[in-house]
Amino acid sequence: MRVKAVMIRILLNFKHDKRTVGLMILAPIFVLTLMSLVFSGAPYYPKIGVVNAPLQFVNSLERENAEVTRYSEYGAIEALSNKDIDAFINFENGKPKIKLEGSDPMKNNTVISDVRSAMMAYSSSIDLDITYLYGYKEMSSFDNFGPILIGFFVFFFVFLISGLAFLGERNSGTLDRLMATPVKRWEIVIGYMLGFGVITVIQSALIAWFSINILGIMMMGSFALVLLVTVLTAMTALSIGIFISAFANNEFQMIQFIPVVIVPQIFFSGLFDLSTMTPWLRGIGKVTPLWYVAEALRNVMIRGKGLGDIAYDILILSAICIFFIIANILALKKYRKI
Amino acid sequence: MKEYNIYEYGRGSIMQDEINSKPMSTYAVEVSHINKSFDKRQILFDISLKIPHAQILGLLGPSGSGKTTLVKQMAGIDTPDSGEVFLLGEKMPKLSLLNKIGYMAQADALYTELTAEENLNFFASMYKMSKGKQTERINEVMRIVNLKNFLKVQVKKYSGGMKRRLSLAIALLHEPPILILDEPTVGIDPVLRVAIWEELYTLCRNGTTIILTTHVMDEADKCHKLGMIREGRLIATGTPEELLSASSTSTLEEAFLFYGGDVK
Repeated sequence: MRVKAVMIRILLNFKHDKRTVGLMILAPIFVLTLMSLVFSGAPYYPKIGVVNAPLQFVNSLERENAEVTRYSEYGAIEALSNKDIDAFINFENGKPKIKLEGSDPMKNNTVISDVRSAMMAYSSSIDLDITYLYGYKEMSSFDNFGPILIGFFVFFFVFLISGLAFLGERNSGTLDRLMATPVKRWEIVIGYMLGFGVITVIQSALIAWFSINILGIMMMGSFALVLLVTVLTAMTALSIGIFISAFANNEFQMIQFIPVVIVPQIFFSGLFDLSTMTPWLRGIGKVTPLWYVAEALRNVMIRGKGLGDIAYDILILSAICIFFIIANILALKKYRKI
Repeated sequence: MKEYNIYEYGRGSIMQDEINSKPMSTYAVEVSHINKSFDKRQILFDISLKIPHAQILGLLGPSGSGKTTLVKQMAGIDTPDSGEVFLLGEKMPKLSLLNKIGYMAQADALYTELTAEENLNFFASMYKMSKGKQTERINEVMRIVNLKNFLKVQVKKYSGGMKRRLSLAIALLHEPPILILDEPTVGIDPVLRVAIWEELYTLCRNGTTIILTTHVMDEADKCHKLGMIREGRLIATGTPEELLSASSTSTLEEAFLFYGGDVK
């Protein structure tokens, strides 16, 4: 009952403040559109596995700065699906067959051109047989990082707006006033989650729909799963936003948390290729929620994977979300002990 | 003359509550030896107060004297470092007791994007109240503060005085037996101020205990009893007449200075 009242209060606030709703939906769509138009690649040295390859070919491939590893045929398939290598080349009957991991078009192109150069040095025939594990030949870079961007924008805007909304509640004295009523602390937090939840379901659905149907971003999996991940992203961002707002005294200080909380997450989310980074440093990504969001969305949208394959990411995100919900309920003790 | 039958109806249920609550308390609010500090700065020093039922107590003191902190302890929003607060015989803070308090904060704690009606509906939902009762109460409290024609207006379009009145209306919504009002009449024009005082007297006659803070001396003598607060200490309590005669002064202002130790 009170939870519902808090939820309705938030929705009414949005009803009177349509600009904020517009920002939450249109700004991500605008930036995604721009990104889809302007993106271009960067240099990369591929990791290539070889099966039954002649030494001469391996040598010339290494001259192209590729990192070459020998595998058995079975081992190569395993390494490819684990993303340990970007591609492997199998010399069946002396004829090279390339199998690409395929989810990153930039890496695909690098592998193909490196192999082509190596082949030129090795034999006159440069006829290549290319297959993809995921993705396809025409895949653009935007298809690769689009899923991350969808997750990022949902996270960013929900974080910012929920944080500011809760900060407003603290600063205007309404939170104090609310605490003078018999409302329970958890009712406020859950009411907030549900109120924003309604808005974020709409926001996530529109952004995902626009990206897939209008921008034509690659989509192999189910839309429902994309929605599940984005809504969970929004909920996580919401609970973190409310939590962080406790450490800000005004709107300006809330904005100052963007470089601290948001920007590092972008770096480790997979938007930038971290293959060349020291492994322990790369591990930082695994403590940021956006890393799991990106992982889950890419698995669904590019690799067409199902619920079972993203269950781990969903679990981690839910755990982060629940952790911050509890933290928020406890943090409200600052306003009222009971 | 206006009719206040709705209040009488409301009182009935509260009387019932008081009969049921055991032990029956002699005082509506009892504050016993409370101390409160913020960041090592002590705001309240050993304050004790007993407020009988159906009385208007005014807490008089300059701004920064600790009035707001004191009423927050009574309203259960804040808890004292030491000492106890009892409301209707029960120890604060207690969630169920919050049903019996109408609190009006010093800052207008309103959702400015929302209309007055949406604000009232929201706060009414925090108390267990039927839909019909809710509508009835909203109409009644908005009549009291004379804002009935502004129900559908967004609060951000309200003037300062109107916001003050809406805050008061929200505090009255659930017919609480104890009203705690922090500077209730600031920015309200004199005509309406008189009307609001009349309303407070009516509530009081019907059994409501009212605690209000003020720094305006001429408003203080409207209270049944006064507590003078200076630098976190309760320097004097009594009816306005008692305070004047005991200090042999003619105005509350002089009396305040007398009890504060500034006049020999």
